[in-house]
Amino acid sequence: MDRLARILGVGAGVLLAIGLWMGLVQAPPDAVQGDVQRIMYIHVPSILTAYLAFTVVLVASIAYLLRGSRGWDRLAHASAEVGVVFTGITLATGSIWGKPTWGVWWTWDARLTGTAVLFLIYVGYLMLRSVVDDRDRAGRYAAVVGILGFFDIIFTHMAVKWFRTLHQASTLEKGAIDPALYLPLMVNLGAFVTLYIYFLLRRVRLGTLEEAVEAEVLGG
Amino acid sequence: MSFLALTGQILRKDFRIEVRSREGVNTLLFFSTLLVFLFRFAIGSTETQVREAAPGLLWLAFILTGLWGMARTFQVERENDCLEFLRLAPGDLGGLYLGKLIVGCCLMWATELAILAMFGLFFHLDMWPVIGSLIPVLILGTVGFVAIGTLFAAITANLKAREVMLPLLLFPLMVPILLAASRLTDLGLAGDSLWAEAHWLRLLIGFDVVFVVLGYLTFPFVMED
Repeated sequence: MDRLARILGVGAGVLLAIGLWMGLVQAPPDAVQGDVQRIMYIHVPSILTAYLAFTVVLVASIAYLLRGSRGWDRLAHASAEVGVVFTGITLATGSIWGKPTWGVWWTWDARLTGTAVLFLIYVGYLMLRSVVDDRDRAGRYAAVVGILGFFDIIFTHMAVKWFRTLHQASTLEKGAIDPALYLPLMVNLGAFVTLYIYFLLRRVRLGTLEEAVEAEVLGG
Repeated sequence: MSFLALTGQILRKDFRIEVRSREGVNTLLFFSTLLVFLFRFAIGSTETQVREAAPGLLWLAFILTGLWGMARTFQVERENDCLEFLRLAPGDLGGLYLGKLIVGCCLMWATELAILAMFGLFFHLDMWPVIGSLIPVLILGTVGFVAIGTLFAAITANLKAREVMLPLLLFPLMVPILLAASRLTDLGLAGDSLWAEAHWLRLLIGFDVVFVVLGYLTFPFVMED
């Protein structure tokens, strides 16, 4: 496991370097937005990775409630933490992208609002974990919030979309992007997903060690 | 005990407590009166300002009073370790959830009608002609709110930081309800048919169904010790 993590870590670094070079140097600038648009190569992969992370939280939470094994709980916890980091990156890069293109750092647009709500739900999830002392209980409570939060996001996305939208259509929707920009984006997505798995493995390992130390201290 | 019998027992117990102490309704009414007063001072004095802000403020008032109402549903059970005994109730603990859900909804609906009356009185909004289209919105919006609120109240009831954790967990999940219900309330207040924007109605119904089912399924895990 440790070796796999190391390989993934190196792989993520290499992929990220290639992806950034492709995105920042090799790919042509956007026809309308110019160089500003290059922030997409970080913005889009990070939100997609965050969605992946929260889907993993959902699956691991359900599995933990049904099976009760600590491993599922550690996986859910780790994935939520990494997901929150990637959502934070999305919000930050989106804000930087928004200033030159829309003229404001923040606007109450559907995508932005939805992503902000996503961020808040999982920050709450992590806070709940930190205030419950008993691990099993923290795991069960968090699992319930993780499951409800995921379904809530689906409704939130519908609601904020009808509320109003200014954001450009999803980059990955058909025909929205030129092939010259598509390949670097995909490389970056691959890099982000690899990075996510690497973080996840490391965080799960950390969780395992924490529990082992705690058991030893309390037991001895 | 079948789970519906458990639901019935909870209903009987909680309604009896409420009838005898009137603690829930009294506090909620007083709190919501204060909120309506504060809102009136906060939004300015012209009638158009009031009318434009009314739907959102109405739902904000429901959610803020509801927060206290939700927290109470499980705090009454902390006295004398009642929660421990509820945990030991025979049968499906989902029945307990359903009971608390119904009690919470009834308490909320009573308070909401009172807030509506106060909005009518203090904000000069004529509620009588539009009450027919507002009631479905109140019913649908409240079920979703209480479905999540009851579950989260059960989670936070045992925490040291419960006063702050409940809103932290609950508010972000309330965004779809707040948007849908205030939009529909806006339509209702304007005297339009709710079906003019049926997608919001469908969203509320879907939300209610999904979260009542999820609450029912996950509640036993919250009560486990």
